[in-house]
Amino acid sequence: MESLHPIAEVIISVLLVTGGFFTLVGALGLVRLSDFYSRLHGPTKATTVGVGSIVGASMIYFSMKDWKLAIAEILIMLFLFLTAPISANILAKAAMHLRVRRSENTRGQPWDQ
Amino acid sequence: MTAERFGFPQPWLSLTLFVVWQALSDGVSGGSVVLGAILAIIIPQITHRFWPDSPTLHRPWVFIRFLAIVFYDIIVASFAVAVLIINTREPRPAFVSYPLTLKHPRAITMLASTISLTPGTVSADVSDDGKLLLIHALDVDDDAELIRNIHHRYEKPLLEVFQ
Amino acid sequence: MMIFALYISIAMVMAAAVLNMYRLIIGPDAPDRALALDTLYINAIALIILLDLILGTRLYLESALLLAIMGFVGTVALAKYLKRGSVIE
Repeated sequence: MESLHPIAEVIISVLLVTGGFFTLVGALGLVRLSDFYSRLHGPTKATTVGVGSIVGASMIYFSMKDWKLAIAEILIMLFLFLTAPISANILAKAAMHLRVRRSENTRGQPWDQ
Repeated sequence: MTAERFGFPQPWLSLTLFVVWQALSDGVSGGSVVLGAILAIIIPQITHRFWPDSPTLHRPWVFIRFLAIVFYDIIVASFAVAVLIINTREPRPAFVSYPLTLKHPRAITMLASTISLTPGTVSADVSDDGKLLLIHALDVDDDAELIRNIHHRYEKPLLEVFQ
Repeated sequence: MMIFALYISIAMVMAAAVLNMYRLIIGPDAPDRALALDTLYINAIALIILLDLILGTRLYLESALLLAIMGFVGTVALAKYLKRGSVIE
């Protein structure tokens, strides 16, 4: 990597580390939480934000390095933020259809349709 | 007929196409602006019969403020979920039925997506008559408070924009 | 400092991919595996972007974009198969 303006370097480093952290936290949630519906929360929020901030770091780095606007990454970010709720919703529907086990301390019921 | 042929039947779709084309060609240049403008005129013309009736967008500034709130909440949400996941305490999950006031399917889709991306909630299903939304909350004590929160923070602005 | 942050980020994303593989293998139900695959392709996008950063090129960006689109289509097809028993009715 080439060296850039120090402030840009600090911003890029922070974005990269928070991105990696949130991706890791999403995967950790996938492993640690107790039932399927709870596991749905980790990937939809943490992983999406994590990859989003890694993509943002790449956008800033290439814009600063070549000194021209590099905005193709914004499509990846936009697409991830648009599709994450949809895949979560459709996976939850499939799980409700298959009557996946819920953890005992869950209040309320999913509907039957 | 001529007005229909040369106008913009869906201005928002045209704007989106233009901006997406600039992003795809990785930067704004003369060629990408011209080609983007051509695509933004032609594609809505060709496809306007296939689109279901789109809701009219009243008050775009309310919508922009809503997007800003949602973006802020997404950041807060990921921190909240990170704390819940790292914490050793077991969360208290719950299924909550949320009564919808929105009518238009696209508005409901937008609300459901917003709920999925914001703190501690994932929308799981919409009832067949479109009056209830099933939400799974990761860590919640009071269902009524959650419903009130969602109504005030997300559904009210959407109601203003779409109805 | 930036290269150091890049290495930390790569290590974290790879650890996340290993954890996703663990959930993919142990299951216990089919939706869990679909969810693990969904998260795994998002991690693959992150790894491609990080590879771009470390090589200093933007060649692989289109592959990341394609992976985002195809991964979403794959997840939806898988979930639809689990719900209905067929993808195209």
